[in-house]
Amino acid sequence: MIPAAFDYQKASSVEEAVGLLKEHGMDAKILAGGHSLIPAMKLRLNQPGILIDISGISELNGIKVDGNTLVIGANTTHGAIAKSAEVASSAPVLAATAGVIGDVQIRNKGTIGGSIAHADPAADWPAALIACNSSIEVMGSGGSRTIAAADFFVGIYETALEDGEVIVAIHVPKVPGTAGSAYEKFFQPASRFAIVGCAAVLEMKDNFCTSARVAFTGVADTAFLDEKVSAALENQTLDDATIKAASELAASDAEILGDHFASEEYRQHLAKVFAERAIRAAIANA
Amino acid sequence: MKKQINLTVNGKAYSHEVEPRTLLVHYLRDTLRLTGTHVGCDTSSCGSCTILMDGQAVKCCSLLAVQADGANITTIEGLAENGTLHPLQEGFREEHGLQCGFCTPGMIMTAADLLSNNADPSEEEIRHALEGNFCRCTGYHNIVKSIQYAANKINKKEVVS
Ligand code: FES
Ligand code: FES
Repeated sequence: MIPAAFDYQKASSVEEAVGLLKEHGMDAKILAGGHSLIPAMKLRLNQPGILIDISGISELNGIKVDGNTLVIGANTTHGAIAKSAEVASSAPVLAATAGVIGDVQIRNKGTIGGSIAHADPAADWPAALIACNSSIEVMGSGGSRTIAAADFFVGIYETALEDGEVIVAIHVPKVPGTAGSAYEKFFQPASRFAIVGCAAVLEMKDNFCTSARVAFTGVADTAFLDEKVSAALENQTLDDATIKAASELAASDAEILGDHFASEEYRQHLAKVFAERAIRAAIANA
Repeated sequence: MKKQINLTVNGKAYSHEVEPRTLLVHYLRDTLRLTGTHVGCDTSSCGSCTILMDGQAVKCCSLLAVQADGANITTIEGLAENGTLHPLQEGFREEHGLQCGFCTPGMIMTAADLLSNNADPSEEEIRHALEGNFCRCTGYHNIVKSIQYAANKINKKEVVS
């Protein structure tokens, strides 16, 4: 499979990429690692007239800690995030998530910015980023703005990015040391996407949960914060019965997807199972 | 419009004009005639197209040749040195790590990435590292043994020298 013909230009700064996007409009697509875009172009689901390669823009690369915020450049690969000591200490659930994306080869080349721009409903990042209360910094010709992760994922392959905007970085508030967090997923065995993925971030005082954020991916059109499950954990002592009751509420407000990998009913069941696993794993590492 | 790319493959510098839509795997196979890198699924699942790009295993069926501009690439053809098989190649031969051989170049290149990051992987780590590589023949057991063979050989050599 060979993509339809296109033109190719390498941008050396975010400003240049934004300028090129403005110049070419809807005909242009941003190329980061290419691991979502190129397969889609090979299937001719996507036929941009020009690719703007941002992989050489150094300011988009790397991970830094800025006060209480972890800042992950859009071009950072899943593999680099999985191995990063900063991520492991500031937001361990993101390192855990990065480590179960695709396979070694995909993680070596695929980037966090590319993945979230693509917004596959079964991608791993959205649940973890929402559970961590992250925000996405984007840049357009009118300047930069930040979008909460929970508002960023709008639908299947649809984000809150406006035409001409480029993702610059992901900002993640440091997960407090007293919190426990986990990401648990049910793999689609060939693609390794999440049929259901659940991320849980629980702030704990001994066995008492002071704040909970439980988010899902793969379950519906788009990843979402499960407010019912989160509320059922918050300000509770997390004993067995509470965990079970909270997990039972999983995805109860969602419009659940059904496809040839998993029926609606099966996905609903998996959401409960993986909510319970993520909650228990989060408590265990608090 | 064609683009100029300059890259190093198996230690040799190349410079070519390519169409932007040329996939890296086709550039390697058709332009450079390095046909050891295989195309199995063509959809980034099977891993038979795995090469090392700047030392890291990547699936080049899902990369463009223009993305390799400036890169240092190793394919299966670049592993043996002066006619001596790389320990991984030797391991696959000694431990019967292949049957039809279609998946083998990708398996070996992925294993090369693993061993460069983890010289002494456990069986579990080896199996995890191969999660992006499919083999329709062997059932994987001998592939794992082949990689263990190579790890042992490389580690012993390091102790001696
Ligand atoms: S041919 Fe590239 S992963 Fe199968
Ligand atoms: S040896 Fe035939 S596919 Fe692996």
